This record gives sequence, C-alpha cells and structure tokens, in this order.
Amino acid sequence: MIPLSWYLIFAAALFSIGLFAVLARRNAIVILMGIELMLNAVNINLVAFWRYVNPELIAGQVFAVMVFAVAAAEVAVALAIFISIYRRRRSVSADEIDLMKW
Amino acid sequence: MNLSNASASLNAILPLVVVILWACALLLVDLFITKERKGLTALLAAIGMLASLIITLARLDLEAVVFNGMVTVDGFSNFLTVLFLGSGIVAVALSYDYLKRMGLEKGEYYVLLLFTVSGMMLMAVASDLIVVFLALELLSIPLYVLAGIATPRLDSEESSLKYFLLGSFSTGIVVYGIALVFGATGTTSLAGIVDAITAGSAGMGLLVAGAAMLLIGLGFKVALVPFHMWTPDVYQGAPSSVTAFMAIGAKAAGFAAILRIFIQAFPALSVDLTPVLWVLAALTMILGNVVAIAQRNIKRLLAYSSIANAGYILLALVPYGQSDVAADSVASALFYLLAYAFTSFTAWSVVIALEQVEGKGLELEDYAGLSRRYPILALTMTVAMLSFTGVPPTLGFLGKFYVFRTLLEGGFPGLAVIGVVTSLISAYYYLRVVVYMYMREGEPQAIRDPWLYIAATASAICLVVLGIFSQPLFAWASQAMLH
Repeated sequence: MIPLSWYLIFAAALFSIGLFAVLARRNAIVILMGIELMLNAVNINLVAFWRYVNPELIAGQVFAVMVFAVAAAEVAVALAIFISIYRRRRSVSADEIDLMKW
Repeated sequence: MNLSNASASLNAILPLVVVILWACALLLVDLFITKERKGLTALLAAIGMLASLIITLARLDLEAVVFNGMVTVDGFSNFLTVLFLGSGIVAVALSYDYLKRMGLEKGEYYVLLLFTVSGMMLMAVASDLIVVFLALELLSIPLYVLAGIATPRLDSEESSLKYFLLGSFSTGIVVYGIALVFGATGTTSLAGIVDAITAGSAGMGLLVAGAAMLLIGLGFKVALVPFHMWTPDVYQGAPSSVTAFMAIGAKAAGFAAILRIFIQAFPALSVDLTPVLWVLAALTMILGNVVAIAQRNIKRLLAYSSIANAGYILLALVPYGQSDVAADSVASALFYLLAYAFTSFTAWSVVIALEQVEGKGLELEDYAGLSRRYPILALTMTVAMLSFTGVPPTLGFLGKFYVFRTLLEGGFPGLAVIGVVTSLISAYYYLRVVVYMYMREGEPQAIRDPWLYIAATASAICLVVLGIFSQPLFAWASQAMLH
C-alpha cells in the first residue's frame, strides 16, 4: 500500500502550487484557480488522513464533501464579481484594479 | 441521533434557527415589496433579529452541548450572540437612510445581512472545526457580496474583489490547518483534540503546524499585521454602512473562533504559540497606530484604527495557556469587543451622516467646523474618539484597562508597555479629528436622519454611562469563561 506520507507530500506540493499562483500571478481568474488548488490539496489531505488515521470516523469524508460544496458557492460569487468588474474595465488583472492604494 | 434529540438540539440553537428561517422567508417576501417601499424589508429584517435577540436574552443561562458535541451553547456563545444580533440591528438602522441616499435600495441587502449575522452566531456556538469552517464561510460569502453591492461604483467592486481574493485565500489556509489538526488527532471536535493531546496519541509536529495555519488564516479575517493589507482598501471601497458592520461583526466573529479554538483545544501548545501571539500583537498595535497618523480619509483612518484594535484584543489572548489567567483572558477580550463595538458604531454613524454621493465628505477637512453646525454629531464623534484613545470614564478606557490587567497577571509587562505607548501615539490621530471639528472653520454638510441620530447618540450615551457603571457588564463577561 502507498504510505500516508506520499499523499501528504503530494497535497503539500499541490497547496504550494496554489499558493504560488495566488501570490505571484496577476489575473484574478488565475488567482481563483490557485485558491481552488489549495482547497483540493485540503481534500486530499482530509481523505488520506481519514483512511490512515481514523477510518471508523466518517468525519473526514464528510468534511471533504463540505469543502467542495462550499468551494462551489465561493466560485459562484467570485465569477459574479469578476464579470461585473470586467464589464466596466475590460480587465480582471489585479494590477489594473488599483483605484485605491493596494 | 433520534427525533427527540434533534428537537432538543434545535431548541438549543433556536435564536440561530429563527434568523436563518427569517432570512429565507424574507428572500421570498421581498419579491412582493415594491421598489419604493424597501424600507419595509429593513423593518422586517430588524424585527427578525429583535425576535432572536429576545429569545437569547430570555435564556441567558442556557448551557447545552448538542448535535453530538458539534455545537456548544454556553455563557461565551450567549454573550457573543447578543453582540452579533445587537450589531445587526444597529447596522439596519445605519443602512436604512444611507442606502436610500446612495441609490442602493435593494432587498437582498438586508437578506445578506441576516445570513451574515447567522454565520456569526454559528461561529459563537461552534465547538467542532467543521462547524467553524462552515460558519466562517456562511459569514464571509454574503459579506463579499455586500462589499460590492454599490455596483456599478468602481471602488465598491474593487473592494469586493479584494475582499473576496484575500478572504477565500485565508479560508484555504484555515481549512489546510484544520486538515492537519485532523490528521494529528484523528478528530475535528475540540474536546476530542484535548483528549488526544492528553492521551499522548497526537502527532505534535502536525498539530503545531495546523494550529499555526489556523492562526494565520483567522489572522487574515481579523486583520492582524502582517495579514492586514486588504483592510484599508476594503473598508474604504465598501459602502459605509457595510464597512461599519464588517468592522465590528466580522472582527468579533473571527476573535470568537480564535478564542474558542485556542483556549479550549490548544492550551497545551502555548509554549510554541505564546511567543508568536506576542509578536503579532506588538506588530499589529505598532503598525496600525503609526500608519493611521498618515491617513486623511476618515474611512481609511478608521480602518487602521480597527487594525490597531485587533492588536489590543489579541493582547488578552497572549497569556491564554496559563490556566489561572485563561478565564480573565476570555472575559477581558469579550469586554474589549463590546467596548469596541459601541465605539465603532458611534464613529461610523457620524461618518455615514457626513458622507455625500460619489464618495465626497470623507476627508478630514470635511469635518472642519462640525461643532458649530451639528453640535450633537460633533459631540458623539468626540466621545467615540476619546473612547478609542482610552480616556476615562468611557468604555474604551475600561476595555484597555482589563486587557492590560490580564496581561500583567500573565507576566508580560513588556508587551503592556508597548500597548500603553501605542495608545499614546493613537491619541494624536484620534484627537486630530476632534481638533478639526472644534477648532477649524468650515461648512460641513450632514444629513438629518432620525434613525442615524438615534443610533449615534444612543451608543455614545452607552459609551459613557456603561463606562461609569461597568461592573455588571464585566461580571457578565466574566461568567462567559470557557470550560
């Protein structure tokens, strides 16, 4: 069987890629994708921990389901905000949205 | 869980159920309210929260652990529920005329407000990390929308975007931390985490990493330095009535989560976490107060002031690991939150009274001469500024006093000195507002809306009167200690 640490390393790598996208990229859509990667890394962690640490307790799986349900709600709100900004500025680049001091 | 159990559980969180059901019903009812009569939606939203507040006040002694230990109703949650519902009702009073003036009258505004309040109330009772996560999202997602509700105003949209990006980023960090804690202890319930630590079955490395990520993520929510950079922009761009509510409710909810998680589940980690909290609190107080001096826009000034206040609240938490001080930690943090809520609402209602369309009336110069044309507004703003500074006999002074006392009990005199010195620095920019109002010539413009005036003067009077007779209030906060 694949050891738990492999899953954790994979999830940590995925989380770091997402973190990089949020911190280094300028397009709001890419930042959103980075956030989604971070949440997916969380899900991998949760399911792996559930399977290896405490398989009798269903909480880990339920939590993973809740995380992606909530992530979907977040995306819905995010895209609404992006579209409303894009309509007026023709851009969703975080660099150009600088009406106020960042 | 059988049926009688379920009804007992629902009964324990009845105030929360009322607010959520009311919000869903209001969403439908609002469809039948014409555009000219949106004031009715505001009234209905306030009635819903008032009903919930009455239920909460009628059973302040209620203590129950329900939903298989996922929800705990106790003194702590009752105190905070009253605070959240109170701020929700005041927020409606502040919004009503403001939205009409700015042309923002939309029924969904009040519905979103109700959903946010319900998220905060859920946060107050959450005793399982899954519920903490749900509550965090339930309160954040409607707030993202509320920040941008003044669309097509560009600054409001920008504020909404920034709040969303940083907010969901911090949520990602919070859930990653929760996942690590779950991996370390095999459970998400706060009581279970304590059991795992005492039994020695917890992986301490993972646990500390998870706790640190929780602190970072929640630090974003309550705007601790260095996780504060979104705050001034979001507070400035969002409609003022939303900002007022955000500054109080969202901060209090974030601290509710921090207090409950750290004091209940992580006292064993205080060796590692107390130095981190020390540094965070010191940085937050110093940077918040020093940068506020340079601000000319009143909304940005109050934003930096809210950052600085987050530092003072965090002070109470620094000695949280010492079991004999923990009760005082909770009591003084809750008392400070209450003082902060009253002070902020006073200040923000004056800001809302002076704001004109197109974001005018928000510079310090616009406050020049306020005392002559609008003496009541000037007086309430002065009381708020004195309370922020921490001048007796206001509530703000007592808040700081109790926090510093907790800190000295815990044995951190150095940090208390930093707190006092930064308070002195803050006097410069708070009192500058008073100087502008009383000593400069100007022609300020303010509106005369009865609800706004009632909110402003009532909270200003509370600041002074409760400041003088604060004993019962502090006794109430002391009862809220977490077991």
